Amino acid sequence: MSIWEYANPKKFLSTTERVMPALWILSGLLMVVGLVWGFFFTPDDYRQGSTVKIIFLHVPAALLAINAWFMMLVASLVWLVRRHHVSALAARAAAPVGVVMTLIALATGAIWGQPMWGTWWAWDPRLTSFLVLFLFYLGYIALWEAIDNPDTAADLTSILCLVGSVFAVLSRYAVNFWNQGLHQGASLSLDKKENVADAFSNPLYVCMIGFGVFFIAMVFYRTGTEIRARRIKALLARERLEA
Amino acid sequence: MIALLMRDLRLAVRAGGGFGLGLAFFLIVTVMVPFSVGPNSELLTRIAPGVLWLGALLSCLLSLDRLLALDWEDGSLDLLATAPLPLEGVVTIKALAHWITTGLPLVLAAPVLGVLLNLPTPGFFWLVISLFLGTPALSVIGTFGAALTVGLKRGGLLLSLLVMPLYVPTLIFGAEVARRGAEDMAVQTPLLMLAGISAAVIALLPFASAAVLRINLR
Repeated sequence: MSIWEYANPKKFLSTTERVMPALWILSGLLMVVGLVWGFFFTPDDYRQGSTVKIIFLHVPAALLAINAWFMMLVASLVWLVRRHHVSALAARAAAPVGVVMTLIALATGAIWGQPMWGTWWAWDPRLTSFLVLFLFYLGYIALWEAIDNPDTAADLTSILCLVGSVFAVLSRYAVNFWNQGLHQGASLSLDKKENVADAFSNPLYVCMIGFGVFFIAMVFYRTGTEIRARRIKALLARERLEA
Repeated sequence: MIALLMRDLRLAVRAGGGFGLGLAFFLIVTVMVPFSVGPNSELLTRIAPGVLWLGALLSCLLSLDRLLALDWEDGSLDLLATAPLPLEGVVTIKALAHWITTGLPLVLAAPVLGVLLNLPTPGFFWLVISLFLGTPALSVIGTFGAALTVGLKRGGLLLSLLVMPLYVPTLIFGAEVARRGAEDMAVQTPLLMLAGISAAVIALLPFASAAVLRINLR
């Protein structure tokens, strides 16, 4: 029993199809519980009022936006080293989800920033590096769409993902240097005493796990779609060959 | 390697277009800036380093799609790939040729355009230094982008979309050096970062470009 068994598309499909209903239900439950708990059963912040509650969308989305790229990086590496098609397709499937999460993080951030900082947008390092991440996602997706041959596309996008990751990290530190921040530091970290109060962090954890499960289910679903699309293409090609 | 470099340079100079075009674009972008923001010389002084850096970056970008596309179309890229010279060397030479024909003229022209934008006197030196250190990185990163999109029909726009985000760190540190130089501040930190990025990119990125080119030539 090893994880590489799932490099077989058939095995991947049958397994993911079995766990997917559970994942959908679990993510739906967690998100509903987390968001309802967060929106209706937490106290208002003494300075931020009720606007603080946007944290329950903002933080999980931002978390996933970065981790989706990280997952794409790992999947690209697996494709480049072991040539498992499922891996390349999973990277492709994750990109649009990541882009939407980045947009959600940027949009909720802007909505939160307006009452708190008095501005929708500031060229703060965190905000700017998220915008750059968004551009990287766009380039990655555009490259996938532009190339016809699926293997070439997988190879090129994988290398773009690797190089892009290095440059994304580099940009993160470059913008840090370029402008001072308005954004607060990390809201939750293990090594710090000053975290968000428990009343907020517990529903936030639920939301984060809910979003995470949602992302996994989404990637499984979209990867399955990609595999089937690839199969249909192969079938059509075979039919044309026989006709 | 030298023969390849000379060939690329000769082609760039003789085969019309490419050589002066980037420079002319740089000029026209810089001239357009006062039209769009107004002739107020204080404002121009403030934005001059950034505008010049952005102009240099854009004119670099403009000439990228010709970098490999011509050799791709007439098949000489296939010959180069089978030549004894490793493909990593080929892309490095290509990037060097691009820098000599595009980057270097930009570096030399920048002070002249700085006059147009009312750049303060101490700024000239650091502008030239920062462009001199930064434009090689632009060429090498651009070669990577050109290698990614070389097989595509309409790669031009996609090329810009792919390369622009990769240019972010270089632009930030380069423009920062020029800006601090113009305002007579200490430039050492961004200058070292800029030089570091250029050195790292020149050392490492040709491997990625060559890998990408091999995939495209498959």
